[in-house]
Amino acid sequence: MPPIEGKTMSMLANPTFLFYQFMNSISLGMNIFIIAAGLSLILGVLRVINFAHGAFFMVGAYVCWSTVTYLDGATGSFWLGVAAAAVVLGVVAFVIERGLLHYLYGREHLTQLLFTFAIVLVVGDLAKMIWGTDQYNVPYPHGLSGAVNFGFALYPAYPLLLCAIGVVVAVGMWLVLSKTRWGRIIRAATQDREMLSALGMNVPLVYTGVFVIGSALAGLGGALAAPRVAVSPGMDATIIIECFIVVIIGGLGSLWGSFLGALALGFVTMFGTVIFPDWELVLAYVLMLGILLWRPWGLFGVSEEESH
Amino acid sequence: MALLEVDNIRTAYGLSKVLFGISLTVEPGEVVALVGRNGVGKTTTMRSIMGLAPPQQGSVRWMDREITRLPVYHVAKLGIGYVPEDRRIFPELTVWENLDIARLPPIGGAKGDGWSEEQVFELFPDLKDIQSRKGGVLSGGQQQMLTIARSLMGNPKLLLLDEPSEGLAPIIVETLRDRIHLLKTGGLSIILAEQNLEFVLYLSDRIHILEKGAIQYTGTPADLRANPDIQSKYLTL
Ligand SMILES: Nc1ncnc2c1ncn2[C@@H]1O[C@H](COP(=O)(O)OP(=O)(O)OP(=O)(O)O)[C@@H](O)[C@H]1O
Ligand SMILES: [Mg+2]
Repeated sequence: MPPIEGKTMSMLANPTFLFYQFMNSISLGMNIFIIAAGLSLILGVLRVINFAHGAFFMVGAYVCWSTVTYLDGATGSFWLGVAAAAVVLGVVAFVIERGLLHYLYGREHLTQLLFTFAIVLVVGDLAKMIWGTDQYNVPYPHGLSGAVNFGFALYPAYPLLLCAIGVVVAVGMWLVLSKTRWGRIIRAATQDREMLSALGMNVPLVYTGVFVIGSALAGLGGALAAPRVAVSPGMDATIIIECFIVVIIGGLGSLWGSFLGALALGFVTMFGTVIFPDWELVLAYVLMLGILLWRPWGLFGVSEEESH
Repeated sequence: MALLEVDNIRTAYGLSKVLFGISLTVEPGEVVALVGRNGVGKTTTMRSIMGLAPPQQGSVRWMDREITRLPVYHVAKLGIGYVPEDRRIFPELTVWENLDIARLPPIGGAKGDGWSEEQVFELFPDLKDIQSRKGGVLSGGQQQMLTIARSLMGNPKLLLLDEPSEGLAPIIVETLRDRIHLLKTGGLSIILAEQNLEFVLYLSDRIHILEKGAIQYTGTPADLRANPDIQSKYLTL
């Protein structure tokens, strides 16, 4: 790696800049977490590696942009766009799962993999037909275009809110999974689906529900990311890699693992760009490699032998 | 009218045929035993009834209704509970959570009727103290109690009990036998697969001896006690 330049050193010695990057890291991490949590949930329950998750994220961002544009940026239009993105992706996921994926559970993993990859291509092309290849910008929502004064530094309000939303999603998912009967059923489905069905549970219906919720999270994450990024074709490719890195770091199917993994990726990306510009993505892989050498099943993962 | 009627079922795993025409009936409140050496098809018979290994031929009728090709969850909802030989406790769920997810309203009853966890804990007091422990850390005896308790939460009319005494200490086997006897006295029908002959003789009303995927002998416990030849032919190693 290249040596750290003197200019970088002085930037890192600046507390305001450090604070700013620190907050940016959390904000980015939380945005990625919302999306990766959906991927992780689907992987844990359905045992399907859903490549289309990134495409769902992209469509979520487009739906948000369309809603805001259609309503001429009226107050509340952004949040309506966020809700619309979650709902649209939930419906899309329902149709895909019930219509197609549903019939592939008994098949080998490769078939399922190829299927979700086909969805990536189809959704990508449909998105180009609907939204073209232009780049769109979604403005910060009303009342959140300013900054919050921390006394020693200012930080923009929207990414700050994003941090909070990430925590709310994490705690909300944890509460549902651990404190409700449906959550218990979802956890049981990750452990032994055959036994669960022998106890009278319609497991295919549980699968549909989980696929819909997980995909809605991708849509939600895409809409929430829209003001931070350029909404354009190809945005699905980066995010799916990031999500996989997060899920692998955290341990397959682990909620808090994904949470920590997403934070770690946020920090590595934000500080990596400053310290080793051009090496950003490499650093993400180095992070993954390092953690896997230390814990081969990820931060919160259990080995196959341990879990049986 | 019999509760369950299994008529000449043939079941295979892929190309390997396992059951060659098994027929049996279970009357309300009756305990019917399936005995025989390892690999004769006891588990496969239960899995066929449950829909986990649907038979290629023959039929399974439940309360006068064909259930042969119903999905597994549907069969369970109709009142058939399954206690598999490998127990299949959800290891990451607590004892209480294992019970909670198995809750089903009784047939023709409302949600509040039927077994509650309090009643289940009365039958298996040991489970009450370990409610919040993860299923994966329980002893064999505790797991077996939990598997039976879990299936009771679904309010079955018929229980498929696969080798409940397997691998348990004699004193625990005795306790288990008494609890199962209590369930029988309460009117529950049971199909019991077992290698432990004393266990079977104590609990059953009728005994089917299987060999090579077919029933070779049927009798009452008294018949079998009086017939050491049959015992040595089909049951001793
Ligand atoms: N999933 C499977 N795939 C292929 N063959 C199987 C499968 N399960 C069981 N078998 C075979 O089917 C036959 C009957 O097995 P089954 O488990 O029904 O016997 P069992 O009477 O329950 O034996 P045990 O007393 O050992 O539990 C055995 O020869 C077994 O090897
Ligand atoms: Mg068996």
